[in-house]
Amino acid sequence: MLKFSRRSFVATAAAVAMSIFSSAVPAHAADIDKLHFLIPGGAGGGWDGTARGTGEALTKSGIVGSASFENMSGGGGGKAIGYLIENAASSHGTLMVNSTPIVIRSLVGRFPYNFRDLTMIAGTIGDYAAFVVHKDSPLNSFKDLVTAYKANPRKVAIGGGSVPGGMDHLVAAMAMQAAGEDPTKVKYIPYDAGGKAMAALLSGEIQALSTGFSEAIALANAGEVKIIGMTGPERNDAYEDAPTLKEQGYDAEFVNWRGFFGAPNLPEAKANAYRAAIAKMYDTPEWEAVRQRNGWVNIHNPGEKFVTFLSDQEAIIKDLMTKLGFL
Amino acid sequence: MLEGIMLGLETAFTFQNLLLVVAGCLIGTLIGMLPGLGPMSIIAIMIPVAINIGDPAAALILLAGVYYGAIFGGSTSSILINAPGVAGTVATAFDGYPLARQGKAGKALTIAAISSFSGGTIGAILLLIFAPALSSVALLFHSAEYFALMIVGLSAIAAFAGTGQVAKALMMTVAGLMLATVGESALFNAPRFTMGISDLQSGFSFVTLAMALFALPEALFLILDPKRGEATSNSEAIKDLRITREEAKKIAPVIARQSIQGFLIGVMPGAGATIASFLGYAVERNIAKGEEQEEFGKGSIKGLAAPEAANNAACTGSFVPLLTLGIPGSGTTAILLGALVALNVNPGPRLMIDNPSIFWAVIISMYIGNFVLLILNLPLIPYIAKLLTIPRNYLIPFILFFTMIGAYIGQNNATELLLLIGLGIAATILRFADYPLAPLLIGFILGGMMENNFARAVNLTDGISFMYERPMTLALLVIGALLIIVPACRKRLSKIRKGGIADGD
Repeated sequence: MLKFSRRSFVATAAAVAMSIFSSAVPAHAADIDKLHFLIPGGAGGGWDGTARGTGEALTKSGIVGSASFENMSGGGGGKAIGYLIENAASSHGTLMVNSTPIVIRSLVGRFPYNFRDLTMIAGTIGDYAAFVVHKDSPLNSFKDLVTAYKANPRKVAIGGGSVPGGMDHLVAAMAMQAAGEDPTKVKYIPYDAGGKAMAALLSGEIQALSTGFSEAIALANAGEVKIIGMTGPERNDAYEDAPTLKEQGYDAEFVNWRGFFGAPNLPEAKANAYRAAIAKMYDTPEWEAVRQRNGWVNIHNPGEKFVTFLSDQEAIIKDLMTKLGFL
Repeated sequence: MLEGIMLGLETAFTFQNLLLVVAGCLIGTLIGMLPGLGPMSIIAIMIPVAINIGDPAAALILLAGVYYGAIFGGSTSSILINAPGVAGTVATAFDGYPLARQGKAGKALTIAAISSFSGGTIGAILLLIFAPALSSVALLFHSAEYFALMIVGLSAIAAFAGTGQVAKALMMTVAGLMLATVGESALFNAPRFTMGISDLQSGFSFVTLAMALFALPEALFLILDPKRGEATSNSEAIKDLRITREEAKKIAPVIARQSIQGFLIGVMPGAGATIASFLGYAVERNIAKGEEQEEFGKGSIKGLAAPEAANNAACTGSFVPLLTLGIPGSGTTAILLGALVALNVNPGPRLMIDNPSIFWAVIISMYIGNFVLLILNLPLIPYIAKLLTIPRNYLIPFILFFTMIGAYIGQNNATELLLLIGLGIAATILRFADYPLAPLLIGFILGGMMENNFARAVNLTDGISFMYERPMTLALLVIGALLIIVPACRKRLSKIRKGGIADGD
């Protein structure tokens, strides 16, 4: 689920910045001596940016003494998960970053494992999903999109940056389902890069684009699109003008979370120490700087809350994917 | 507009900014020579440094220097050791490497530098004048047209085959198309042909395949055939970078044509430098006459100048959708977009109005980056070219080392090395059997894009009616068909004519 988008490139920039400048070790004693981050994808992706950004905030604020990073790509993230499970005993100092795709890819059986095989440390940040249309589009709200869709489902193409059955598609299907439409009829057109999907929107090839909220904000700020709906529970102060789907009467909420996992059977004391360190991080100015630079939204789900959150998300996605025929 | 240009010049010509562009060019050239580290990764590496500068104009000037340096550096590894690090320089190796093998490495590098410079400069001028007007052109292409454009690219493949090798070239193209289907495509939520190997889920990586097909067999050939290395041992000739007046006359029209064609292709988001360089090469080969046409693939200076001018012009062209619409047309411009956003500059229709100094500084900085690069690198060429005078028993391990680093560095995955060696051995066997390998790589590069665009077009129109309903798609498909039929007919006609004379007398 590699997304070649604005989001990840900002993350790249940040990530590489950190790999160069993160050697500064604070003087006072840290809560955790050292921490190793396992990144299931190559340098420059969203996972990479999250791990390195979190590592930067933790070390600069002195919560963690030193952080190291390891990129292990392969199998769309499966290789790193397998590695962490096979080397559980020697990986107590390791945190692996992951996000919504671990749920989706486990469901479709792409991985022989799922998130329950790992120790769930905490969900840390998230990004809502959003729908955007061309600034000159006659559609002004998600309701308009639904109306157009009802008139002729084959004439309304919704694009996105993920494969069919991937996140952007699921969000589109979820929203249409909330509007009482058959989610399998949604004409979803996948693009392999955010830029290409955007070009398709501007050229009129697709009528709407399903994308991440932070990316939608960047596009709206450039003055080319209107955000007609986002999947948060309420309007977000990052872009107050964007209406939620909920306030338009469509009960669809979705958040693409990112968070951290430990090795299976990680001792409880260790897991709790990591959770405490992450909780402490939110109040530091160092984290605020990283968060703002990347346009992330704080969505903190530590320990048990993370387990419930993931199980809920899994149930919703499973239901939707079954309806869509992917399971 | 003149006001804007002055504004841009004023911003660019400060001591600090000139220093930055020089530093950027040097860094870009040096890192860019490593296969596997293309402009995209190098810019990604330099972005934090650029962001630390704080001033968006200065940051962009640094990145433009890095960008052009990296492109030039990439051509260097294509020419000297047949190891194209990015798809855009694959076509450079077709004639650049044979030239280097004939002991004309210095000349080849000079032609590459001059063609790149001209392509970039002509591109920058076109950008300066037409950027706002071209923004709508960038949106003319839908998936259907991109599909047809890929077909045109594939149909030009016969141009890469030597005489009597058309069938072999087509077989290799099909093999490339097949390799492109391995892994998860952007369109089906299922891995294909991975044989259960999880490392193949994301498909073969371009760099691994390019190293395995081009650089590795070459290194093995140097071992198996000791005589091959000897032709390149005359160090005086290698360092010689002079171009005769006659040669300059030959390549000037090629550069002019390909700069314009490349720029226009680059304006389409998603087509980019790769297509521009392949089509540039194919077009020039097709319009070359007799003996000159025969020379293509064997060290033709025209065959080197065409892709180099085209890919640089296309890179510049890809700034049109970036600056006017905020759409990154290539991986590199996507990275640059990330840098711009991090610097609180939002490219798009409003950029020219809100931040005219940045808009113009970008364009001017591209021109300066190009220019500084030429001045810096021409004196360096003799030293870079001297690399080939390293004795064979040191040079071969050196090539092998960089080949492996190139394959490993992007993915951090040791399986890439096994793939590299396996594919490299297969490629060496194919070379022994005299199969051309370039069509395989081209098929691989274009295959994925072609499939994705085809599937999108089918999905959008619920069928294949787009092939005849959209006039531009139809026109491109017709061009593709002509590219295959015309040379074949011409060959048959000339054969019949020759045969007729023999029979009649």
